[in-house]
Amino acid sequence: MEILIDIKDTITVQEALDFIHAPECGGEVIFSGTVRNHTRQRPVLKLFYECYEAMAISEMQKIAAQVAEKWDIQRLAMLHAVGDKYPGDIAVVIAVASAHRGIAFDACEFAIDTLKETVPIWKKEFFADGEVV
Amino acid sequence: MGILLFGAAKDIAGVPVLDKPEHITDVATLKAWLFGVYPSLQQLRSVMIAVNRTYAADTQVISSQDEIAVIPPVSGG
Repeated sequence: MEILIDIKDTITVQEALDFIHAPECGGEVIFSGTVRNHTRQRPVLKLFYECYEAMAISEMQKIAAQVAEKWDIQRLAMLHAVGDKYPGDIAVVIAVASAHRGIAFDACEFAIDTLKETVPIWKKEFFADGEVV
Repeated sequence: MGILLFGAAKDIAGVPVLDKPEHITDVATLKAWLFGVYPSLQQLRSVMIAVNRTYAADTQVISSQDEIAVIPPVSGG
């Protein structure tokens, strides 16, 4: 399985798609996580993401290894953004390519769910009313 | 090597790095010391310790050469 893992200020769906696009793969599944302008009906101005980069990369590599073990996936891209992110900005992209679509959906869901549980990245929410959580 | 702090743990301690006291030789002792110095850490949903960039069990031994980090609940994605 070919793997692209990156953490940086700005990420795009296109770079993930470009990486996974391959003639042997007939199914490409992409999850894009974007900044929502509200949390429980309270307006959100921005999010700030920080990470423990060395460990975050290592945990993302572990997720990729689990994906490779569970499914016959040809290509996987996992990208996460850090720093200030505003409503509509992309915070995370998971892209999976396989010969057929079924396992690509499963692997993509597993990768984003596990990322949210184990990868040391933290967000702070800046609300319109001034509160920061 | 110091103890790295992130997210809510960094906010509670007010600093990104702490010096590791000499008497701390395993993860359980480290957690007890942290909770004693910064009681607010106990209000977090979880506090994990990473040793050399890997989540560590309470029984794991730590030395001054290890890279140690305090990991509050993660919230990526």
